[in-house]
Amino acid sequence: MNAPVKPSKLIKGATGDWEMVIGLEIHAQVNSHAKLFSGSSTEFGGAPNSHVSLVDAAMPGMLPVINEECVKQAVRTGLGLNAQINRRSTFDRKNYFYPDLPQGYQISQYKSPIVGEGEVTIELADGETATVGIERLHLEQDAGKLVHDRNPSSTSVDLNRSGVALMEIVSKPDMRSSEQAQAYVSKLRTILRYLGTCDGDMEKGNLRADCNVSVRKPGDPLGTRCEIKNVNSIRFIGQAIDYEARRQIGILEDGGSIDQETRLYDPNKGETRSMRSKEEAHDYRYFPDPDLLPLEFSEDYVAALKAELPELPDEKKARFISAFGLSAYDAAVLVVERESAEFFETTLAGLADKARDGKLAANWVINELFGRLNKEGQDIASSPVSAAQMAAIIDLIGAGVISGKIAKDLFEIVWTEGGDPRALVEERGMKQVTDTGAIEKVVDDIIAANPDKVAQAQAKPALMGWFVGQVMKSSGGKANPQVVNDLLKSKLGI
Amino acid sequence: MTDLTSLTLAEARDGLATKSFTSVELTDAHLKAMEAARVLNAYVLETPDQARAMAQAADARLAKGEGGWLGGVPLGIKDLFATKGVRTTACSKILGNFVPPYESTVTAQLWRDGAVMLGKLNNDEFAMGSANETSFFGPVINPWRRDGSDVNLVPGGSSGGSASAVAAGLCLGATATDTGGSIRQPAAFAGIVGMKPTYGRCSRWGTVAFASSLDQAGPIARTVRDTAILMRSMAGYDPKDSTSVDREVPDYEAAIGKSVKGMKIGIPKEYRIDGMPGEIEKLWSEGAAQLKAAGAELVDVSLPHTKYALPAYYIVAPAEASSNLARYDGVRYGLRVPGRSISDMYENTRAEGFGAEVRRRVMIGTYVLSAGYYDAYYLRAQKVRTLIKRDFEECFAKGIHAILTPATPSAAFGIGEKGGADPIEMYLNDIFTVTVNMAGLPGIAVPAGKDAQGLPLGLQLIGRPFDEETLFSIGETIEQASGRFTPTKWWA
Repeated sequence: MNAPVKPSKLIKGATGDWEMVIGLEIHAQVNSHAKLFSGSSTEFGGAPNSHVSLVDAAMPGMLPVINEECVKQAVRTGLGLNAQINRRSTFDRKNYFYPDLPQGYQISQYKSPIVGEGEVTIELADGETATVGIERLHLEQDAGKLVHDRNPSSTSVDLNRSGVALMEIVSKPDMRSSEQAQAYVSKLRTILRYLGTCDGDMEKGNLRADCNVSVRKPGDPLGTRCEIKNVNSIRFIGQAIDYEARRQIGILEDGGSIDQETRLYDPNKGETRSMRSKEEAHDYRYFPDPDLLPLEFSEDYVAALKAELPELPDEKKARFISAFGLSAYDAAVLVVERESAEFFETTLAGLADKARDGKLAANWVINELFGRLNKEGQDIASSPVSAAQMAAIIDLIGAGVISGKIAKDLFEIVWTEGGDPRALVEERGMKQVTDTGAIEKVVDDIIAANPDKVAQAQAKPALMGWFVGQVMKSSGGKANPQVVNDLLKSKLGI
Repeated sequence: MTDLTSLTLAEARDGLATKSFTSVELTDAHLKAMEAARVLNAYVLETPDQARAMAQAADARLAKGEGGWLGGVPLGIKDLFATKGVRTTACSKILGNFVPPYESTVTAQLWRDGAVMLGKLNNDEFAMGSANETSFFGPVINPWRRDGSDVNLVPGGSSGGSASAVAAGLCLGATATDTGGSIRQPAAFAGIVGMKPTYGRCSRWGTVAFASSLDQAGPIARTVRDTAILMRSMAGYDPKDSTSVDREVPDYEAAIGKSVKGMKIGIPKEYRIDGMPGEIEKLWSEGAAQLKAAGAELVDVSLPHTKYALPAYYIVAPAEASSNLARYDGVRYGLRVPGRSISDMYENTRAEGFGAEVRRRVMIGTYVLSAGYYDAYYLRAQKVRTLIKRDFEECFAKGIHAILTPATPSAAFGIGEKGGADPIEMYLNDIFTVTVNMAGLPGIAVPAGKDAQGLPLGLQLIGRPFDEETLFSIGETIEQASGRFTPTKWWA
């Protein structure tokens, strides 16, 4: 399954156009209280070696026991990726020596992963969509951490992360630009966060990517790839891929060839550098872990987990568009973060007339609230304006009680002072004037005082706006704009 | 008073219950015997203070009538079992003075039932060996000697300390482990009884791993009944071991004395190997005749893949061992030999910490799992394993209750006599026992006679999965017919 490539995605080289081919391996830390094979806590930031059991430290005679919650999280994730759930999978040992790996092997799933093929739909800024295939998802243990700066002559080991469950999600080589790769990681992160199976926190290393990059002339067979290990931000993923593709094109255009190797991205220098060549690659001597039985579950087990899945971003977006007439762009903005979507849904739930005001609510949540939060550097969880307050403001606009302009003032008051928007409108006399008699008097006064403007407006109806402005000004912004318009039109005869 | 160390475990248990003697007296008698028998090198660590404290506690419970299944019975513990607060080394230098802060499930169950720990028993390093000559603490000596000879003999391995201690009266029973014959072969060499239970019957949690898919703990004792008594405490489901089986533990002792009348005993022709000594052949046919006399029916059976078992075993077991022993790297516990780099430290530590046989098996295991060799060796060995298992299944499906074979191809041999030039000579000791581990079945070794030089020889019975009871019944029939075997005391 290859995503369609637009000509603009090709890279111009001295010898013609080049196409990059990208596949990603995402390591996502499973959201769980305990580690994959031991009861130790997975909490971040404990004192070094404070979350280490006898199993995690690989004491003699210790045995792994699978944590069922981690299995459920992997199945949920597989379902969220529209993937094949393998009802029988096995654990293998990946053998290598390193001080952060106490057992001398990592327990992983090599031959039979828990999740098979699936797919993710990605969207780019220009509205382009593409499908990225998922090759597999498997469960494995994280390693510990080496600490080099505690002592000048020795290295310390912190095993808090040792044995924490990871999901390795392997994509097919379906991406053709760094933007697509970034969109894929963002989308995957959104899905994981909706599912609650990974918090997606890249700063803490809870989501990181190994990027496989190769280049070729369009239509040629796949080129030799390099793997850039452990890239931990979406921005760096883009930079690393672009740098690497350019590097490979440079070598090939100079008549060289690409060595298959593992590389590291240095964000300070903005370049990748070799970590180890294919010849130096470990022979991991994978074999089935004899301490663990195959992982088996029934169709009902999967069905029960499927039934509990939350609505995922793609479905939610489609619903927002069809039920409330939201634009695709607005709907996409609202669903990108689960918390934002939840805020919007709570706002919707508080509306008196959802069908009428859904679209208005989307505009207000996106433009006023998200805009303000962004400006103030706050996130939705700490929003000073609650969804209920937001709904009340939108209700007041929708019902014609206040104008959009007054609503902005009201929003400001609620943001800074808090309070019930409905009561505020009453107390502070912010209600819109819809009494035709009262407005008519103001209209008449202004027409009478400005005969020259009347003549101009009658000649050029667009100038009626001046009158609207005057009426609104003298009513303190509270006159219903529709009533004002109607009255002016009839009185001016335009 | 009779010598308390010459009692069977069952007799001692009954004596404690009737207050003929106390656990402290019984324990002291054994501690004294251990001290006098240090030349055998059966124990690598004696724990007299702990033993007396446990015995006193047992006596207090016995006085209240709450002694427990093994109340006050002193036992020896193979050094492969982690014992909380008591040095546990698997008889390897690499574990140094490792003192585990945890107790293995099997030993915890023995203490739960009131048993007393006398000390830790010698074994081949990481249970790799068939003569108990690879131990960092030196070889164990068999209490048996050839008639008129003062040549020291091996007790077999890897549970050589367990076998030697039980045969010499240095404990009433012992824990042991069996990966390819490490319970049954030493039991046969020492004229006593050893039971390797069905894989999954006893928890592996807290037992130093050799080859995870083959390792199984079991008892060694002087009689079939004693072995059955110990099994009841050692067996049981453990949620901490994913391969342990959730199945009720029967009262194995109730199987003792049950008639074998009408049982079908399989005699596998493939176990009649080339060059098998005539006295092994004779022992085997006499054992069969004893069972026939007791009313059992003898049936010729075929286990066609038997000849591939030993080579396949020496691929599977080292492969798992090479991975299981990777944790002994000098980083967190045990021996650390410094080096200029981390790789140097690993190499120095493991070169100095592991003995020659362990290094050999780690290298074999690493080789057979390597890229390009995996399919030819490991995968093929696993296929052989499946075929061996199927052989047994087909045999049992024909109504066979148990299979009778010799336990070992010879009696005990001299220390340093075998395997010096060719390790395969030593590996051949396991030829009758490895099939049972490969198939995950229960097997018992029961003494059945002596060779021309007066050394004990054993027979092996192989049972259906989780049918240890039938093996106890048949084993006791052979024991009744053959009598018991006790070495002449030369060491004290």
